[in-house]
Amino acid sequence: MKRQLILEDGSVLLGEGFGSEKETIGEVVFNTGMTGYQEILSDPSYCGQIVTLTYPLIGNYGINRDDFESITPAISGFIVKEIADFPSNWRNEISLSEFFKSKDIPGIAGIDTRKLTRIIRKYGTLKGAICSVDEDVQGVLERLRETTLGNDQVKQVSTKNAYPSPGRGKRVVLVDFGMKHGILRELNNRDCDVLVVPYNVTAEEILRLSPDGVMLSNGPGDPKDVTEGIEMIQGILGKVPLFGICLGHQLFALACGANTEKMKFGHRGSNHPVKDLLTGKVALTSQNHGYAVEEASIETTRLEVTHIALNDSSIEGLKHKDFPAFTVQYHPEASPGPEDANYLFDQFMSLIESEESGANKCQSVQI
Amino acid sequence: MPKRTDINSILVIGSGPIVIGQAAEFDYAGTQACIALKEEGYKVILVNSNPATIMTDTEIADVVYIEPLTLEFVSRIIRKERPDAIVPTLGGQTGLNLAVELAKSGVLDECGVEILGTKLSAIEQAEDRDLFRSLMNELGEPVPESEIVHNVEESLQFVQTVGYPVIVRPAFTLGGTGGGICHNEEELIETVQSGLKYSPVTQCLLEKSIAGFKEIEYEVMRDSNDNAIVVCNMENIDPVGVHTGDSIVVAPSQTLSDREYQMLRNTSLKIIRALGIEGGCNVQLALDPYSFQYYIIEVNPRVSRSSALASKATGYPIAKLAAKIAVGLTLDEMMNPITGKTYASFEPALDYIVTKIPRWPFDKFDSAKRNLGTQMKATGEVMAIGRTFEESLLKAIRSLEAGVYHLALNDGAEIENDLLEKRIRNAGDERLFYIGEALGRGYSIDTIHEWSQIDLFFLHKMEKIVKFEKVIRENHFDIEVGRKAKEMGFSDKTLAEAWNSTELMVYQWRKENGIIPVYKMVDTCAAEFESETPYYYGSYEEENESIVTEKKSVVVLGSGPIRIGQGIEFDYSTVHAVWAIKEAGYEAIIINSNPETVSTDFSISDKLYFEPLTIEDVMHIIDLEQPEGVVVQFGGQTAINLASKLVERGVRILGTSLENIDGAEDRDKFEHALSQLNIPQPKGKTALSVEEAVKIAASIGYPVLVRPSYVLGGRAMEIVYHEEELLHYMKNAVKINPEHPVLIDRYLTGKEIEIDAISDGKSVLIPGIMEHIERAGVHSGDSIAVYPTQSITAEIKEKLVDYTERLAKGLGIIGLLNIQYVVSKGEVFVIEVNPRSSRTVPFLSKITKVPMAKIATKVILGQSIEEQGYESGLVPEKSGVYVKVPVFSFAKLRRVDITLGPEMKSTGEVMGKDTTLEKALYKGLVASGMKIQPFGTVLMTVADKDKEESLQLAKRFAAIGFRIMATSGTAEALKSVGIPVQVVDKIGTKGPDLLDVIRNGDAQFVINTLTKGKQPARDGFRIRRESVENGIPCLTSLDTAEAMLRVLESMTFSAEPMGEQTPVREAVFQ
Repeated sequence: MKRQLILEDGSVLLGEGFGSEKETIGEVVFNTGMTGYQEILSDPSYCGQIVTLTYPLIGNYGINRDDFESITPAISGFIVKEIADFPSNWRNEISLSEFFKSKDIPGIAGIDTRKLTRIIRKYGTLKGAICSVDEDVQGVLERLRETTLGNDQVKQVSTKNAYPSPGRGKRVVLVDFGMKHGILRELNNRDCDVLVVPYNVTAEEILRLSPDGVMLSNGPGDPKDVTEGIEMIQGILGKVPLFGICLGHQLFALACGANTEKMKFGHRGSNHPVKDLLTGKVALTSQNHGYAVEEASIETTRLEVTHIALNDSSIEGLKHKDFPAFTVQYHPEASPGPEDANYLFDQFMSLIESEESGANKCQSVQI
Repeated sequence: MPKRTDINSILVIGSGPIVIGQAAEFDYAGTQACIALKEEGYKVILVNSNPATIMTDTEIADVVYIEPLTLEFVSRIIRKERPDAIVPTLGGQTGLNLAVELAKSGVLDECGVEILGTKLSAIEQAEDRDLFRSLMNELGEPVPESEIVHNVEESLQFVQTVGYPVIVRPAFTLGGTGGGICHNEEELIETVQSGLKYSPVTQCLLEKSIAGFKEIEYEVMRDSNDNAIVVCNMENIDPVGVHTGDSIVVAPSQTLSDREYQMLRNTSLKIIRALGIEGGCNVQLALDPYSFQYYIIEVNPRVSRSSALASKATGYPIAKLAAKIAVGLTLDEMMNPITGKTYASFEPALDYIVTKIPRWPFDKFDSAKRNLGTQMKATGEVMAIGRTFEESLLKAIRSLEAGVYHLALNDGAEIENDLLEKRIRNAGDERLFYIGEALGRGYSIDTIHEWSQIDLFFLHKMEKIVKFEKVIRENHFDIEVGRKAKEMGFSDKTLAEAWNSTELMVYQWRKENGIIPVYKMVDTCAAEFESETPYYYGSYEEENESIVTEKKSVVVLGSGPIRIGQGIEFDYSTVHAVWAIKEAGYEAIIINSNPETVSTDFSISDKLYFEPLTIEDVMHIIDLEQPEGVVVQFGGQTAINLASKLVERGVRILGTSLENIDGAEDRDKFEHALSQLNIPQPKGKTALSVEEAVKIAASIGYPVLVRPSYVLGGRAMEIVYHEEELLHYMKNAVKINPEHPVLIDRYLTGKEIEIDAISDGKSVLIPGIMEHIERAGVHSGDSIAVYPTQSITAEIKEKLVDYTERLAKGLGIIGLLNIQYVVSKGEVFVIEVNPRSSRTVPFLSKITKVPMAKIATKVILGQSIEEQGYESGLVPEKSGVYVKVPVFSFAKLRRVDITLGPEMKSTGEVMGKDTTLEKALYKGLVASGMKIQPFGTVLMTVADKDKEESLQLAKRFAAIGFRIMATSGTAEALKSVGIPVQVVDKIGTKGPDLLDVIRNGDAQFVINTLTKGKQPARDGFRIRRESVENGIPCLTSLDTAEAMLRVLESMTFSAEPMGEQTPVREAVFQ
C-alpha cells in the first residue's frame, strides 16, 4: 500500500505503508540508535511524535514479550527505510508490522530516512503527516500548518491511579510523567518499595506516603505545560531526597527557578557523550529530549550544573546546592542504549541513606 | 589530560611483510599513527621490514628504518636512536610479539624506553591463555571450558572430560596458525602436534567447541582516564567455527536486540577496563542463538584487521586516536576528525550496512584445502556499503573481482545435490555461492540453516535475492523491476544475463530512465551533525550528497582486494598518485573497495568513493563527477582491465592510451612492435587449440613456457619439458579456445633483469636496474631481486637502457612501465612489458629516492620529466646493496606445493639493505622469517637435471662444516666426487626416513628441486610440506640455495688445514 510522508516544509516522501492505514499527524523526530526500536516505540516520551530511525533496517529481531517500556505505545507514527518481513531472534513473537497493525499505529517504510534526517537537521523538528498517496498534498499541508500539537501529552500517558510495586527496601515515590518501565525496574532491582503516582499528585499527597525518596520520571512534551509537577516539586524540595530523569529533570529546574527552551532538533539516540564535571569522566548515554534547561537561567538559582553534553555543552545534569536533589537529562535506566550511567540509581540510594543517617538533613551530597 | 611533554621521541614498530593474517591494515594503522604522533610534535622513529608500505616513506616518520623485525636488529636501532618510548600495539601480532621480546631481553630498561599505551602486563594478560582465563574467572565472565596443554597426552585427557569436537588454538601465533577444530582423536593428535610446534611457548589451548553460536565482535577504545567506548560492533554471518578473518562480516550487528547488544557491550567494556587497555582493543564473543548465554572467545589488545574494518565501516579512525591516547590524550579532549565538530568520545551511529567478504588465494592454489576453520586463509578482503543488506552483500560480491557478480556459482547447474549439501555444511570459500545455488533449487532456508547454522535472517535475505531473480527474468527492461533490482544491489551484468542483453545496454537503459545511484556520506553520526568528510558510498536512494566542485578533478582507480600477485605495492602507488594529483592542483578522487588500505583512508584524497571497481560502479561516479580523466596505471591489473570499457563509454584515460596499453598486453601487437623496434624476445607463438600448441612447441623446441594470455601474477604459467607434460597442462590448467589463447614461448635459462621506468614520450627516466637471484622461470614476484645489479657487464647495462628507452617510446608509454628481460649467453631478450605501475615501484623509489609514482602522475598530467627536474636515462647507482626477498604464507595453506615456478605464490616481501650483498641477503632472509643456522645438516634431494649443479653447492656446504644428508640417488652423485654424505631412506621405508629427519629437526636446511608431476602424493611434495610445517627453510631453487650459502659462508670463518689451498668462492652469478 503506497503511502506518503508530508512535512510542513512541503517535502513529500513516498513509501510503503505498514500497520494502521489511518492518517496521522505529529512532530517528526529522529533517533540514531541502531538497536532498541521496541523500547523506542514504547517510550511514552514520544507521545504525539512520529519517530524516524536513522538505522535503515528495522524489525530484524522482531517484537518480544520483555522489551516494552510501556504497555501501550504512545507514538503517533513510525518511519523507516526498511521493515523486516522476516524477523529472526529467539525471543521474537511477532513482526513489527503485525505489532503496528495490532496497536493501530501507522508506519511508513521505503523512505530515504537519511534525507529526512538531514531535512530535520536543517529545518529543526517539524510537523508531518503520514497519509494515503491519494490525499492531495496541498490539502494535507494546509491541515498540517493549521494543526497545533497538543500540550497534554503527560496527562495522556501518565497513570490514572497510583499503584504499588512492593519491595522490602527504601520507599520511593515514583511520579509518573510518562514513565519508562526501565526506571521502575531499576528501583525494583534495588529492592525499593515503589509507589507509582500520577503526574498531578500534590506535594502533600506525596509526603503523606512517607517516602524515603522521590523519583521524577521522564515524560513527553514541553515541561512548562506540566505546572502541577512544578508546584509539587517546590512543595517537596528539601523535605525528601529527589532524583529526576529527563522531563523530571526539566521540571526540577523550572521548580528551582531556571528556564527551559526548545532545542532545534533535540537529542535522541544511544550514543550521546555526557561529561561528569566533577570526575571529568565521560559516559555514553541514552537520550530522548527536545527541550533543555537554559544555561544562562541557572545563574540566578541555587542549582549547580553537574553534567554537560560533550558535543553541544548543553546541560545534562543538575543538583541543588542546598537540598538533597539531583537530576539528569538523559536516561540512566538505558533500555534502549548504553548502561554507563546506571550508577546514578545507586547514587540515589546512597543519597537516601546519607539523608537518613542524616546528621545534617539538608546537606547536599556529591554526585 | 594533556599530552605527555616528558617524552620527545617515540619508536613505532611496523608489522613486517604481508602474510595471511597480517595484511595492509597495519600499513593503514601505522601510517595513521605516525602522522598522528608527528602532529602532536613528537619525533617518530619507525622500523619495518616491508618496503611496499606508505609508512616506510621518509615523509611519514622522522627517521625510517627498513630493517628486519627481530630482537637483534631492533635492539641495535634502540641503542642507536635512544627513543624515550615505544608504541607496541600498532604493528599487529608481529609488532606486539617483538615488543614483548624487547622488554624481556632487557634492552628497553637498559635504554630507558617506556612502553606507551597498553602496558606489557595487559598485553600478556590478554595474550597468555592461562592469565586471560583466570582474569575472566575473576571478572565472572564466561569462557568456554578449556585447558592449556603442553603435549598430546594432556590434550587426550582433556577431551575425555569435555568430549569432541574441541578447538585447538596455539598460543602467541598469528591468524591462528596451526590451530583447528578436531572431531576425533586422529585430528586431535595431528593438530596438537603441529600447534605446539608453531607456538613460541609450546602451548596450545584446547577448548570445548561452541561452533554454531553467533560470533560477535566489539571494537572498543579506552583512554588513561578510564573513558571507554565502543566504536563498532560486527556480526559474523558465518557462526563460530570459522576464523573471523575468513568470515563474512556485517556491521553493525543485525540480529541482536538492544538487550543483547548492551549485554555484550558491557562485557567488552568491563574487560578492556580490567585489562587496563589504553588504546584500541578487539573483543570477540560468542552468543547462543537461543538464550542470553555468551562466551568470551578472545581479546586482541591492539589495533587489528577488525579495527581497520571498523574504522572504514564507521569513519572513526581508531589507529590515529589510539596513538594519541598512547601519549596521554583522552577521548573527550580529541575531536572526531570526521565531523570536525563533535568529540572522539562517542559511539558512531551507522545509517547503512557494511558487508566484508574475505578474498582467498584458492584461485592460485587449486590443490589447497579450501575448507575454512580456525586457521585464517584469506589474503585480503573487500568491503561494501549499502542501505539494505542485499545491496551491501551484492556490492561486496562484485567487489571481489573473482569472476562472480552475483549470489550464484558460475557453473552451479553441474553440482550434484549431495555435493551442494556438503559444501554448505563444511564452510569453504565459496559457501555463499553454494547457498545461492541451493536456494535457487528450492531448498528451504530452514534446511540451509540446519546445514550451515547461518542465521535465518541472513538466509532469508539471500532467498529474497534469489527469488527476485525470477521476477527479473520475467520482466525484461521493466522500469519498476529494474529499479527494485538495483536497490537490491543487482549488477548490470546480472540484469543483462537475465534479459539477454549486454551490460552496456542495461547501463544505458537505466540512464535513460533515471535509475542511477546517489551518493551518501559516511559521517559517523547518521547525519545528526554536519560533516565535511568527503567519504561516500553509492545507493539507489533519493538524495545525493556528493556535491561536484568547480575544481578540475582526476579519478584514480585503486587496486581492490589484496591477493597474490596484486598486493600492497599497488596501493602504495595509488596513494602517491593521489598526492601528486593534489599537488598539481586538481581534485583527486579515489575509488576503491579494500578496507585495509591507506588509499581508503578518507584523509588521503579529496574525495573517497568506497565502491566496487566494476565498470558500472566506476561509470556512475564518472557520470557525476565529470573528471578530466581517469588514471588506471596505478591500480594493478584491476584498473588496467577496466580501461577498454571506460574508453568504450567515452571516458578519457590519462597517461598511456588504451591503444598503447593493448600494444603491450596483446601478444600479437606486442610481437609486431618488438620486431619493428628490432628488440629480440624469446621465440614464441600464440596457440588457439591443443593441436596448434603441440606444433608450436615442437617448432620452438622444449623446454617451453606456457601461459594463458592476459594474466596477473603468472597465473597458470608453467615450464614444460616435453609433449606429454604439455598435453597434461592443456587439459588441466587452461581452457584453450580462440577467445582464450595460450602463449607458448621458448624457455631461456639465464639471468632475469627487471626495470621500472617512467616515460613522458620524449624522455625515459630509469631509476634503477634490478637483477634476480633466481634464474628466469621463477616468477619475478617470487624472486629475490637485487639492486644494483651484481653480475652484468656495462655493455649489457647499456643495452638494457637502450632497449628500455626504445620500448617506452615505441610503445607510446606515458607514465610508468615495467619490463622484464632475460640475459642469456650475452644476449638480452624482452620477456614482457607491463604498461603500468609494478610491484617493485616502492622498492626502487625508496632506494633511489626517485618518487616514481609521483613523477609518473605528473607526467600523466602533462608535466615533462625535465620540467620536474629529472634527466632522461639511467639514474646513477646508489651505494650499498639492497635486496627484496619474497615472503610466503605456506604454513597457513595446507596441501599447497611450495615449489617456486612461473606462477606467483608469495604474499609479501621484505627489504634487506647493507654494504655488501651477503649482509643485505642475510638481513633480507632473516626479515623474511627464515631461520639461518650457522652450522648443522643440509638435506638434499634434487632432480636429475640439477645434480651436476648441486654438487658444487654440496661441496661448499661441506667446506664450512655442514653435514650433508641425501637420498640414495643424490648421495651416489655426491660420493662420486668425494663429498661425505649420509644416506637417508626414502619415504615409506621401515627405518627413519626423510620425513622423520625433518620432523625430528635433524636438518637445518632442505634443498629440494622439483621432479615433475605436482600431485600431492609425490615424495618431493611431502618433503617440501613437511619442511614448511616444521619451520625449516626449504629451498626449491638452486639459486636461492646458493644465495643462502653465500650468506653462510660470509658468516663463517674458513676452516682449512695448512697446506690446502683456501677455496676461492665461486661467483654467484655466472
